[in-house]
Amino acid sequence: MSQSDTRRNLGLALLGSEITIVFRRRRNQAMLLALAAVPILIAVAVRLSSNTSGRGPAFLASISENGLFVALTALTVSIPLFLPLTVGVVAGDTIAGEANLGTLRYLLISPAGRLRLLLVKYAGAAAFCLAATAIVVIAGVAIGAALFPVRPVTLLSGDTIDGAEYAVRCLLLIAYVSMSMLGLSAIGLFLSTLTTVPVGAMAATIVLSAASQILDVLPQLAWLHPWLFSHYWLGIADLLTSPISFDSFQSNALLQLGYIAVFGTLAYGRFATKDVLS
Amino acid sequence: MTDGALAIETHGLTKRFGSQLAVNQLDIAVPSGSVFGFLGPNGSGKTTTIRMLLGLASATSGEIRMLGSAMPQSLQSVLPRVGALVEGPAIYPFLSGRANLARLDSADRFASSRTRTARVDAALDRVGLTHAARKKAHAYSLGMKQRLGIANALLTPRDLLILDEPTNGLDPQGTREMRNLIRSLAAEGTTVFVSSHLLAEIEQTCSHVAVMSAGRLVAQGTLDDLRAEGVTRVEVRTPDLDLAREVLARWGLQSQPGPIDSSLTAALTTSVPVEQLSEALVIAGVRLRGFTAEGASLEDRFVALTGEGFDVAE
Repeated sequence: MSQSDTRRNLGLALLGSEITIVFRRRRNQAMLLALAAVPILIAVAVRLSSNTSGRGPAFLASISENGLFVALTALTVSIPLFLPLTVGVVAGDTIAGEANLGTLRYLLISPAGRLRLLLVKYAGAAAFCLAATAIVVIAGVAIGAALFPVRPVTLLSGDTIDGAEYAVRCLLLIAYVSMSMLGLSAIGLFLSTLTTVPVGAMAATIVLSAASQILDVLPQLAWLHPWLFSHYWLGIADLLTSPISFDSFQSNALLQLGYIAVFGTLAYGRFATKDVLS
Repeated sequence: MTDGALAIETHGLTKRFGSQLAVNQLDIAVPSGSVFGFLGPNGSGKTTTIRMLLGLASATSGEIRMLGSAMPQSLQSVLPRVGALVEGPAIYPFLSGRANLARLDSADRFASSRTRTARVDAALDRVGLTHAARKKAHAYSLGMKQRLGIANALLTPRDLLILDEPTNGLDPQGTREMRNLIRSLAAEGTTVFVSSHLLAEIEQTCSHVAVMSAGRLVAQGTLDDLRAEGVTRVEVRTPDLDLAREVLARWGLQSQPGPIDSSLTAALTTSVPVEQLSEALVIAGVRLRGFTAEGASLEDRFVALTGEGFDVAE
């Protein structure tokens, strides 16, 4: 009868299950589709209008010359709002969503282990960050190539790179932007341990991402800027010089790690001793 | 498991929410292999107790031992041997019944991934959900969700099952199946701890009972003990009416003529054990045609122990 004689396995099944659920949820699929629509809308709009002058997001003017700039424009547009929005929804849902369904108590008595459950939940949210960024870039590259001429890309530094190197830059962009969202995800995970109402945690996470960006443009708070998790979000231009400058990448990675450490600890501190009464 | 061991044991278990004592100095002892009924009105602290047993909530003070290990210290090694249904089933509405079970099973690190599909199917079969296994769980009825919750408790062989209101929402067939299921699990050696306020259910399935009221334990023992305490009248059928009346009088009992000619009934005072009374009658040479202890029903006992009022305790 007793199970104690069987070996405890690594427990990767729960991680697999979590990632499957994140990507099988209709809501999350819809958000990924909406993100894919960003570059498509941009590309179609530019293709339909002959007027290329006027102001617009960075790289917009370059699109009609070179379709490979669609992905960059779409990323620049998505970073301040759409990406944090979708990431906030997934991260805010992590624990609060399970608590709201009541499944949290069944996961815990399975027993999932509270630390392990937090780690798995965070990994699921991180996987979503990666997918969300990747889908913007991939949809952008695809629609750009379909609607516009594709040429060797002229970088901000004036150098020209070929297709293979462009692919490498795209991967770096995906890595950079999805990493940028990890700090926000950790904040969402922490907020999610505070409530059994997922919408509350989602909204709070998204509000914080907006607040951080607003603080980041107030010159009076310049001393605070390097500590804001959104400070390096738009630092992707560094990856478009030759040779590649990794300054932003490093600073951003350190900053995000700091946020993960702080809010991960807070989340554990809160969740490890919390009475699960839902 | 050795006989006489306790599957669940608490000492002075207390849970305080703010100024309110939800569970107050609870000492329960659930013998291994028993079907243990945990009774109490709404709000008497049953579910809070179960949450503490399972490590979902921490105790304010007191000790818990489950399957021989101290809780919550041994949570990770004990819980895989415990199946539970706590405060109703919980489902992922966007997953099928089968996927729901696979998800919760994957959280258990002792559960083998290789046998998962087979175990999930066996659990679904055991609760009669095989035909609805592929259906999304949001389309399940209340009773089907309840069955799914029970299936989750049965995913691996368990030494202890903790079932909070297992027959909630079940149809008469489901209720009956539930009873049979509990009996068959008990026959396999699983200790079953059932909380309920359906007294008829408890009377039919349980060997032991504990009754809670307003956070305190007010009675605990075998079902027979509890019923015996509640005996209110005896009826004696005998041709030797005079002798019987004399014996009863010796115990301080006032007897009246019974429902048929050659019978007597007497109201019992609480201090008279029924078995000693029957012994005394036989020793005195009363030829018995019948001796009946009319127990109060479990319901009467329950109300006597927990109070009459309809209002939920604060």
